[in-house]
Amino acid sequence: MNLTKKNGNGNGARAGLGLSLDPLRNWWAGAPGWQRWAVYVLLIVAAVFLPSEAIGSFMAPSGASWPSMLSDQIAIYVLLALGLNVVVGMAGLLDLGYVAFYAVGGYTIAIFAVRYHWSFWEALVLAILFSALAGVILGAPTLRLRGDYLAIVTLGFGEIVKRTANNSSFVNGPRGVQGIPHPPTLSEFEVLGVQPLKYGLLDTRPYYYLLLVFIIIAIIFVRRLDASRVGRAWASIREDEDAAELMGVPTFKFKLAAFAIGAAIGGSGGVVFAAKQTSILPANFEFIVSALVLAAVVLGGSGNIPGAILGAFVVAWLPERFRFLDEYRMLIFGGALVLMMIFRPEGLWPSRRRKAELAEGGGGMGTMGAEIAGPGQSEAAEVSK
Amino acid sequence: MLLEIEDIHVHYGKIAALKGITVSVDEGEIVSLIGANGAGKTTTLKTISGLRNLSAGAIRFDGRDISRLAGHKRVTAGIGQAPEGRGIFPGMTVEENLLMGAYARKESAAKELAEAYELFPRLAERKSQAGGTMSGGEQQMLAIGRALMAAPKVLLLDEPSMGLAPMLVQQIFSIIEEINRRGTTVLLVEQNAQQALQIAHRAYVLETGRVVKAAPAAELLDDPQVRAAYLGGELGDDVAAAADVTSQESVEAPSEGSADATEEGTSS
Repeated sequence: MNLTKKNGNGNGARAGLGLSLDPLRNWWAGAPGWQRWAVYVLLIVAAVFLPSEAIGSFMAPSGASWPSMLSDQIAIYVLLALGLNVVVGMAGLLDLGYVAFYAVGGYTIAIFAVRYHWSFWEALVLAILFSALAGVILGAPTLRLRGDYLAIVTLGFGEIVKRTANNSSFVNGPRGVQGIPHPPTLSEFEVLGVQPLKYGLLDTRPYYYLLLVFIIIAIIFVRRLDASRVGRAWASIREDEDAAELMGVPTFKFKLAAFAIGAAIGGSGGVVFAAKQTSILPANFEFIVSALVLAAVVLGGSGNIPGAILGAFVVAWLPERFRFLDEYRMLIFGGALVLMMIFRPEGLWPSRRRKAELAEGGGGMGTMGAEIAGPGQSEAAEVSK
Repeated sequence: MLLEIEDIHVHYGKIAALKGITVSVDEGEIVSLIGANGAGKTTTLKTISGLRNLSAGAIRFDGRDISRLAGHKRVTAGIGQAPEGRGIFPGMTVEENLLMGAYARKESAAKELAEAYELFPRLAERKSQAGGTMSGGEQQMLAIGRALMAAPKVLLLDEPSMGLAPMLVQQIFSIIEEINRRGTTVLLVEQNAQQALQIAHRAYVLETGRVVKAAPAAELLDDPQVRAAYLGGELGDDVAAAADVTSQESVEAPSEGSADATEEGTSS
C-alpha cells in the first residue's frame, strides 16, 4: 500500500502516529474510472487468492488452518463490521448490542431450517427480514435516546436476546440447536483444487467465498447509500442531530433506517455462521462479539468502509496469529488497542471528514449526553483564524 | 399574524422551563426576546422549531396549528433556525453545510446559494473549508446562511452575538437587518439587549419562563426598569461581561455548558 511516512496531521491538536494517507487519497480522488475499476478487480482477485497456502504460511504459521481462520473469523468480522459501520460510523449511533442481530440471523435459520425444513436461501431471506425487523423493534422506542444512554439500552438488548435463547426450550436453551443444514451445493466444478460452490464439512473455503460475495454486495449497497441523500442525512445526524432536524432531515426515520440496515447485514452474517457450524449455542453470542466488532470499526476508522474492513481484519486476525503467546495474547491485544487510541484516535484508515469531526471534539459518535455541547466545540475554531 | 405562540408551557422532566409564554410575530417584523440566563428564551425558540415538545398551549404558523408537527416538517412549512451555539456540521465544508440547509427542498437551491454567498462574501472565500475549522464569527454567518437556504418565511436566531468580538456583532446585526429588508421575518433571541433592541421593531422581556413585558423596542430602550436590568444601566455589567467573553473565545466552551445548566436549573 502506498503509505508514506510524514507528519500528516493537519489539525495539530492531537499527535498523530505519523502515517498519512493523504497522497493515496488525492490520487484516488483524481483517478479516472478505469483506474478505479482496475483497483476493484485487483482487490477482488487478491481476496479470491487469499486462502492460498503461500499466503497462509505467513498469516497462520502456527499450524492453524488459514482458510478456516478466514471463513470462521475474519470474513465474518469483516461483514459484521460493515454492518455496524453503518450504525456507528455513518449515523453516529453507539450500539453495544450488535451481536443481537447476528444472533437473530443465526437463530432464524436454526429454527426454520431444522423445524420447518426451509432451504438455506429461503432462510437467508427471512433472516435478513427478521434482523431488520429486530433493528426496527429495538430502534423505535430507544432511538429517542442519545449517546451513552442509547449505548446502555442496546447493551441490554444484546443481553436480552442471548438470555432469551438461553432460557427458551423452543431453541433448546443453553444446549443450542444442532443439525442446521449446510447450504445446498450449487455446482461441483473444481478450480485449482477448490470446489467453490460445494458446501461441505471438510473444506471451509467455499464458505469464505460465500461470505466474500456477501461482503462485496454489502460494500456496494452501503457505498451507494453513503453517497446518496441518505448518506448526507446520516452525516448530518452524526455531526449534530438537532441541527439536522432543523435542516428538515427526518432524523428519527433515518436513524431507524441505519439500525435496520446494519441489523440486516449482521443477520446475514449470522446465517452463514450457523450454516457453516451446523449448530449454534447462546454462548456464541456473547457481549465480547459486540465489543470486538465495535473495536474493529473504531480501530479501522469509523465511517470509512475500507477502514472498517481493515479494522475487522486486524481484530479478527491478530489474536489468532499470535496464539503462540497463549494467555498473554489478549493482554497484548488489549494493550495494542489502547496504544492505537492514544496515538491514532481517528483509526487506522479514517475518512477525511471524520478527522475534521474528531478535531472538533464531538468524537462523532453522537452527542454524548442530551443537552451539553461537546468540550472544546469552538476553541479550535478561533485559533485557526 | 405569521407566527403566534399562545400560552405555551414546556417541561424538562418535572421542571417547568416555560410557564405560559405568549408571543406573536407579524410578517415583515423583527421581534426580539430578551432576558437573562434561564429566562426561557432558547427553550421558546426550540419549541417553535420543534426540538422541544410543549406540554400545554399552541403554536400557530401561517394560520395553521403546528404544535404537534415534527421538527423537520416545520422547516418545509417555512420556519428556519440558526441554533444556539451555531450547530455547524464540523466535518462538512462550508458549501456542504449550506446545501444541507436546502435538504428538504425539492427544487434547486442555486438561487439561495448565490444569495447566501452575496450576503456573506466571507463564506464564498471559504467554500471548501471544513465548517469546524472556521472562526466563531464565520460559523455564525454560516449558521444564518444555512438557515436561509430553505427560504424560510420566518428566521429564528438564537444568540447570534454570542462569543463574538464587538466589531463582528455590529456586522452580524446589520446583516440581520438586511435579511429582514429583503422580506424575511426575524425572531431574535439575545442577551445583548442593547443591540437587539436597536434593530427590533418589538420586543418581549422574559423572566423565569414568563413574559414580563411586551412593547415596541424603542420604548423598552427607554424603560428605566429594562435599562437597569438588561441594558447595564449604572451597573454596566452586561457590556463588560460580553467584552470579557469575546476577548477570549476559548472561555466560551465551558461558559456555554454552564449557561445551559443554569438555564435548566434556575427555571424551576
